[in-house]
Amino acid sequence: MAESLTLEELPQTALDDTAPSGKKRRFLWARNTKAVTGLFILGFFVLIAIIGQWIAPYDPDARNKDAILQPPSWEHWMGTTHLGQDIASQVILGTRPVLLIAFVAGILATFIGVVIGITAGYVGGLGDESLSALSNVFLVIPQLPLIIIIAGQLPSAGGLTVAVVIAITGWAWGARVLRAQTLSLRKRDFVEAARANGEKTWRIVLAEILPNLTAMIAAGFVGTVAFAVLSQITLSFIGITPSDEWNWGTILYWAQAQLALQRHAWWWFTFPGLCIALVGISLTLINFGIDEFVNPRLRSTGLNARMLRKRKIRPRIGFTPVVYEAKEDRS
Amino acid sequence: MRFFLRRGIFYLITFWAAMTINFFIPRIMPGDPVSAMLARNQGKISPDAIEALKALFGLDENMSLWQQYTTYWSLLLHGNLGMSFTNREPVVDILARSLPWTIGLVGIATIISFTVGTLAGTAIGWRRGTRADILLPISTFFSSVPYFWLALIIISIFSVNLGWFPSNGSYDRSMVPNWSWEFVGSVIYYGTLPALTIIITSISGWILGMRNMMVTVSSDDYVTVAQAKGLSERKVMFGYASRNAILPQLSSFALSLGFIVGGTLVMETVFSYQGIGYHLLTATSNKDYPLMQGCFLVITVAVLLANICADFAYGVLDPRTRQEG
Amino acid sequence: MSALAEPRAPRAAQPAKDPVLEIKNLSVDYGYDEPTHVLRQVSLTLNRGEVLGLAGESGCGKSTLAYAATRLLPPPGLITGGQVLFTGRDGAKQDILALNDKDLRASRWQDMAIVFQGAMNSLNPVHRIGRQIADAITAHVPSMGKKDALDKAADLLDLVGINPDRLRDFPHQLSGGMRQRVMIAMALALDPQVLIMDEPTTALDVVMQRQIVEQIADLRERLGFSVIFITHDVSLLIEIADRIAIMYAGEIVEEAAAQDVYRRPRHPYADGLLHSFPPLRGPRRELGGIAGSPPDMAKLPTGCPFRPRCAFAFDACSAIQPELAPSAVPGDDPTRRVACHLHTPDLVTAAGFEPRPLPERLTTP
Repeated sequence: MAESLTLEELPQTALDDTAPSGKKRRFLWARNTKAVTGLFILGFFVLIAIIGQWIAPYDPDARNKDAILQPPSWEHWMGTTHLGQDIASQVILGTRPVLLIAFVAGILATFIGVVIGITAGYVGGLGDESLSALSNVFLVIPQLPLIIIIAGQLPSAGGLTVAVVIAITGWAWGARVLRAQTLSLRKRDFVEAARANGEKTWRIVLAEILPNLTAMIAAGFVGTVAFAVLSQITLSFIGITPSDEWNWGTILYWAQAQLALQRHAWWWFTFPGLCIALVGISLTLINFGIDEFVNPRLRSTGLNARMLRKRKIRPRIGFTPVVYEAKEDRS
Repeated sequence: MRFFLRRGIFYLITFWAAMTINFFIPRIMPGDPVSAMLARNQGKISPDAIEALKALFGLDENMSLWQQYTTYWSLLLHGNLGMSFTNREPVVDILARSLPWTIGLVGIATIISFTVGTLAGTAIGWRRGTRADILLPISTFFSSVPYFWLALIIISIFSVNLGWFPSNGSYDRSMVPNWSWEFVGSVIYYGTLPALTIIITSISGWILGMRNMMVTVSSDDYVTVAQAKGLSERKVMFGYASRNAILPQLSSFALSLGFIVGGTLVMETVFSYQGIGYHLLTATSNKDYPLMQGCFLVITVAVLLANICADFAYGVLDPRTRQEG
Repeated sequence: MSALAEPRAPRAAQPAKDPVLEIKNLSVDYGYDEPTHVLRQVSLTLNRGEVLGLAGESGCGKSTLAYAATRLLPPPGLITGGQVLFTGRDGAKQDILALNDKDLRASRWQDMAIVFQGAMNSLNPVHRIGRQIADAITAHVPSMGKKDALDKAADLLDLVGINPDRLRDFPHQLSGGMRQRVMIAMALALDPQVLIMDEPTTALDVVMQRQIVEQIADLRERLGFSVIFITHDVSLLIEIADRIAIMYAGEIVEEAAAQDVYRRPRHPYADGLLHSFPPLRGPRRELGGIAGSPPDMAKLPTGCPFRPRCAFAFDACSAIQPELAPSAVPGDDPTRRVACHLHTPDLVTAAGFEPRPLPERLTTP
């Protein structure tokens, strides 16, 4: 989450003149290779999540005595478990719950964060003080242990429950960032003008403030989804969620419980882990894209490093490069 | 001093809130798992302990919620966190035994990771647009994987395949814990892989965060002024750019501590490292509620204390926070 | 302060040309792959002991000129050609653009010091101001101890009228005007020969502006450095500058003695610029301003960049680019230069156009 922090540190640049508009905006998005790559990877997993049940080669629960602990092969391209179950099928069918829970948790947490953050930033005064204190408290209390003790005391920790628990513990970061931004927006001329005109509060918030927070809300949402993926998989890995519902964490749980390490069954935990990493990377990339979009200082100079080296240009602060390229005479 | 006072009050409130959440969780959960466990343990633990547990978990029907709450606090402040179901010994004893391990492991690994990561981020951010940017995708990968998964991979490489380090435990079981070089050496030997896991996963966050802040700070006017003054590169980089970039890095250190600790707890299980996390997770799967609550409490307090340290460092490093009024 | 008590009379005898800084054909691009030419072959000379004013609307390249001449232009700025010759006290010349990092570091602040726009952000927020001044001193005079450097810093603060007790203050404890003075004190730390001041008073209120300008004038009398004073406020320049160069779209369009520019502008843009500010003193004049807005440097028109906004433009202006040349008005100082086709009938004729006579407005004697 460290990379998104810059959003908070630079509330001014986020809004100032530098953000291009209209056509150029869209053009920049398309040029933003990080965001595009991220969206592409995420799109791939979303597709798997949707069509998983039709493309999985085997029943993930089906045991096969003849193919126990097989390394990856043409028949089982991610290998098999100690019961001869096909890991690829487990990974494919495990995609949907992972993404579903993560997105539900992300949406819920973002919603709570937006409501609390904007309210705190907009009303100010005592309301702000108490709401900020609340979100700061939730920020400081370690989330994962909190999730574990809540989920651990629930009679059953099925999918939706987990999503709700993650959302309840994970909204605070977004709220904090949004509060700071709302606070600075509230002092802007256009909001002041709307207030002076006697616009209704909800209209000001919806029409003047929310649109200016879009990038931050998006970044917060993406960050929360990433957090939810990790939390949820962790919960499954430590066996809090039912171990017969396939998701990537459950696969890892069985791998650990059945001593995959000691049996040298590296494929058992490697592939689900790589999927987690890929989803995480895609979300990080999307957030990089949003960051660069919001904070143009982070954007690369647009010319690749090789080209610069060829022209002997080394961009740096305080020592402007000199290349004698200009035509000597004007006429 | 106002800054430190404000922060002090904030941490008191946070401590109170965390303890109160801890108080309410078992009370608002559907069903009554704790009394079931209590009934099963009847006769195995002392009646005194049963009483304390009833008070902690709100099973005493004769008490009002407020009475339960005050009793809860009085027990907490007396250091009575109840009796563990599985270990049949006071939770406090278990915690006292395992806390040093977790704090030692997480503390040392995090400090190494933060220091090295911040230095690397300083260098990368200062020379942006050069080859160093290749590091970015690598660190993105490591920040996207769960700690415990990386622990599995690290064990499989360095322990199972190469056999360089032990795959579980926190010291050689044939030794008796003492302060001899031999024992400390064994602790370091056993702790290398867990520490390596923490460092590998968290260092990328510090690198990225510091790099971004360096890029941002480098375009601030005072850095240009420092260059205009003809100061040495080292002085501009450390005294001006990185000296300012470290401030948000410190706040993000405070914010992500909870996250790191959370990840480490699960990782401890993979290494069977006998810290708080290991106990929290075994307690969770054994439905040992008193131990679970105790672990949560201790983790929260530890994170709060670490936050206070980070805040204090921030206050010392940023003169603006010390401003009166 | 006497220097400012009344409008400076044109100096009777200009001292013999003794250039301390010569900028020759300096070209600067902004952006590496699709560059915008923000400075195009700019030449400018600063003489020893002189205050040279650099004026123009925002975005005309005046700050870029200052930053490029000191090689402080941030990425994606790129110097694509030219020379910046600095003449030391011993008469040795060196090209700032050709120096390696080490020599450039050594030259900085000692030869040329800069007071940046917006003192708010020019000071490092986490160090005491004394330390920041001492930093500059010890970097160049390694033999000087920390204690001595701080003593020197205290003297410097005293010089700019700040109580030396403030040495241990952090920047956020100072007012805007004080910070600007600290920056000036810092700039004088190594007794530089050239002081570049980039809009040093823009962020300040009028009273503070006055004080700072007077202080600079006073310090210059005492210490004898040369100044390049950059501002968009021409009336301020008339007060302090000996010579004024007016920039438009990355080029110098007029350069002359301050009083000449003030009383007898020869370029239509200089004329317009002078009419967009009320004079600080002296007879009131009609305020006009210039129609249109500063050009987009990425899409400059052909020929004279000022043509679209110029009241006197004619057919030659869109075809050929004007060049700096002596004024065509009889009796003008032969050293003043103007880049306008109205002053270069020969060039216009050579290009096959009919030259136009100078309008009365631009020929004030």
